[in-house]
Amino acid sequence: MTHSSNNTAIDDSDRRSPDYPLPDWRQYLRFSQDHKVIGVQYMVTTFLFFLIGGLLAMLIRGELITPELNLVDRPLYNALFTLHGTVMIFLWIIPFNAGLANYLVPLMLGAKDMAFPLLNAIAFWIIPPAGILLMSSFFLPNGPAQTGWWSYPPISLQFPAGQPINGQLFWIVSLILLGISSIMGAVNFLTTIVWFRAPGMTFFRMPILVWSVLSAQLLQLINLPSLTGALILLMFDLSFGTNIFKPREGGDPILYQHLFWFYSHPAVYIMALPAFGIFAEVLPAFARNPLFGYRSLAIASLGIALVSIFVWAHHMFASATPDWMRIMFVVTSMLVAVPTGVKAFGWTATIWRGKLHLDTPMLFAMGGAAMFLFGGITGVMLASNSFDLHVNNTYFVVGHFHYIVFNTITMAIFAAIYFWFPKITGRMYTEGWGKLHFWLTFVGANLTFFPMHPLGLQGMVRRVASYPPEYQDWNVIASLGGFLLGVSILPFIANMIGSVLDGPRATNNPWEATGLEWTTTSPPPRENFAEIPQVIFPPYNYGNPRAYGEEPLTQTGEEVSNDENDE
Amino acid sequence: MTRFQSTSPHRDESPIDLERIRQKFPNWFQRFLPSGGGSHEDHHGKGMFGFTVFLLSESIVFFSFFLTYAALRLNTPDWLPPGISGPEPTTFVMINTVILLSSSVVIQLAERALSRHHHSRFRGLWLLTSLMGTYFLIGQGIEWSNLNFGLRTGLVGATFYILTGFHGLHVVAGVILQVIMLLRSFDRNNYNHGHFGVSATTLFWHFVDIIWVILFSLLYLW
Repeated sequence: MTHSSNNTAIDDSDRRSPDYPLPDWRQYLRFSQDHKVIGVQYMVTTFLFFLIGGLLAMLIRGELITPELNLVDRPLYNALFTLHGTVMIFLWIIPFNAGLANYLVPLMLGAKDMAFPLLNAIAFWIIPPAGILLMSSFFLPNGPAQTGWWSYPPISLQFPAGQPINGQLFWIVSLILLGISSIMGAVNFLTTIVWFRAPGMTFFRMPILVWSVLSAQLLQLINLPSLTGALILLMFDLSFGTNIFKPREGGDPILYQHLFWFYSHPAVYIMALPAFGIFAEVLPAFARNPLFGYRSLAIASLGIALVSIFVWAHHMFASATPDWMRIMFVVTSMLVAVPTGVKAFGWTATIWRGKLHLDTPMLFAMGGAAMFLFGGITGVMLASNSFDLHVNNTYFVVGHFHYIVFNTITMAIFAAIYFWFPKITGRMYTEGWGKLHFWLTFVGANLTFFPMHPLGLQGMVRRVASYPPEYQDWNVIASLGGFLLGVSILPFIANMIGSVLDGPRATNNPWEATGLEWTTTSPPPRENFAEIPQVIFPPYNYGNPRAYGEEPLTQTGEEVSNDENDE
Repeated sequence: MTRFQSTSPHRDESPIDLERIRQKFPNWFQRFLPSGGGSHEDHHGKGMFGFTVFLLSESIVFFSFFLTYAALRLNTPDWLPPGISGPEPTTFVMINTVILLSSSVVIQLAERALSRHHHSRFRGLWLLTSLMGTYFLIGQGIEWSNLNFGLRTGLVGATFYILTGFHGLHVVAGVILQVIMLLRSFDRNNYNHGHFGVSATTLFWHFVDIIWVILFSLLYLW
């Protein structure tokens, strides 16, 4: 295999004439320790799980298109929404973001690789077995877990038939494995960001995506262990006959809810923060403006992470939570809107009076940021205790978080895929198919998730397979929108496969974007950079053509830093 | 310019210069603090940083167990079911505890011996540590078999066995790491260029001891 030795021969003169060798596809099937290979492995694997989760969602919408129960039976319906939620959160968004960060963070920092390459590879290779384990529970005699992605006891302990091998146990073991993988990744990211920055890459020169990854991974480290602890205790209750969460035997099921949400609310920010980082990368590049308020956005990332540690009990307003605690958590939950508002303001001010280039990544970023406004506002509504009790357990909540997890985060993920596609594959995607994908997704997402808000306000509860006929109109719209979303992924897949095989070769910096990852070849060589770069510019220096133009960003000459430009 | 000169290549124009703050601390403490950026070749530094981060994260699993235990105990009027005495701090348990805690001192001396290239002294102290760890595990097994309650005896049984069992797994992991490091030390060249594995095992052992102190106070003394 001479490929890697070819990779080290970089000639800076061919920056504009890409005949640089493309990666060999077989390396993606191997146990590789290259962060770029691992990043692609993460992204492709999680995309396959995204397709599975989407298929489950379309079955759910197929059942809900009529008020009666006619497509699936109730246990299967329960299993569908349980696995849909689990797959989308733990096997799509969180590991996809980890994969994207895996690819980009070392490049953005000017490092050769992640801090612990072997640990990185192990963290990835835990994910496929854990996902297959979860999926295999469909073949168990009693089917998969049926208690939603929360798996609250005592319902989750009442699995039928009392068999020792059951879907709930598979769910628990799979989530513990995925948690171990996430912790390995988080240790690696934190060490990489703190230790592996290139000379001149100070903390306040890191791209916002790196700040977001740092904040999200800190949340993983602080909060994820509490879910692991809760799952271990739940497993003892389920399989070894202890009574920790069993109310009839003196146990306390509310305790599980606290431990669960102490992780699972920050999990939303673990998913959303990288999406915010993606917006901060894409919007300046296509608006040709420096990012507005760089330092505020960097600090707001940490601020969101910090505040979100103290908001978990707003998921438990209806769980007999004492009044003083509810008031406290209303205040902290609303406080999250402040750093988040700083972010949204920064994005808006970035594109304000910019020279907008509406390429596919920009469309997805602008669409995602705009719909985040809607999802964020319903989020503040839900943070209010009195309103939350009114819509508790209804489709309003489902609509709210799908506006975040799909219309914001998944849109941001698509923006990122299109934006860094030339860097990762060395080829350009087809713009027309990309735009078609965007418009189908944008229309489909709003058709699917907007009707959930009026439905919830009218009182339709979630997680039911049949409902009163007066709710049918909005449900038909949502279901048709859901099928449109299913169709919208087809041009994406066609575009990706076709472009990887036969797209035109990409230059090193097709978007004329700033950032160290655009100064190396597309795709980057094994060690990322011919020599360790020296950073002399502040980030998002779009006012200065030398930061993204013909002249390389990294020079060792007597350059004076012009940090003042972005303040 | 000279006023802010630091040895790190990351002289930061930002108001927070982590490297400058870090250098104000004593040397032994500095390696646990985020550096202003280490070099790729500093395997010991990045390894200890990552391992410390991991242990802080791991401690939160224990913390969630401690909170569960405290919350259940405070909210349960009859913590001990009738006829059950609960775990008692007997002389046997106290000796076990003292053995485990003093092994922390021994392992620290062992690491220091290795830093000074006293390889045989290191091996002796290191072997002593793993023997003390093994003694603790055997003692814990005897303690488990002599108790008059089981895993399913109310909340007291469940929490006692899960907490001590989870801690015991960490002691087992620590002893396995110690054996691996001991075997590696017989090839002298292994520790010529730093000894991250030994330092990490030492830190892990201290972590296991601190957890035991909290666990012991909660389970036996409360």
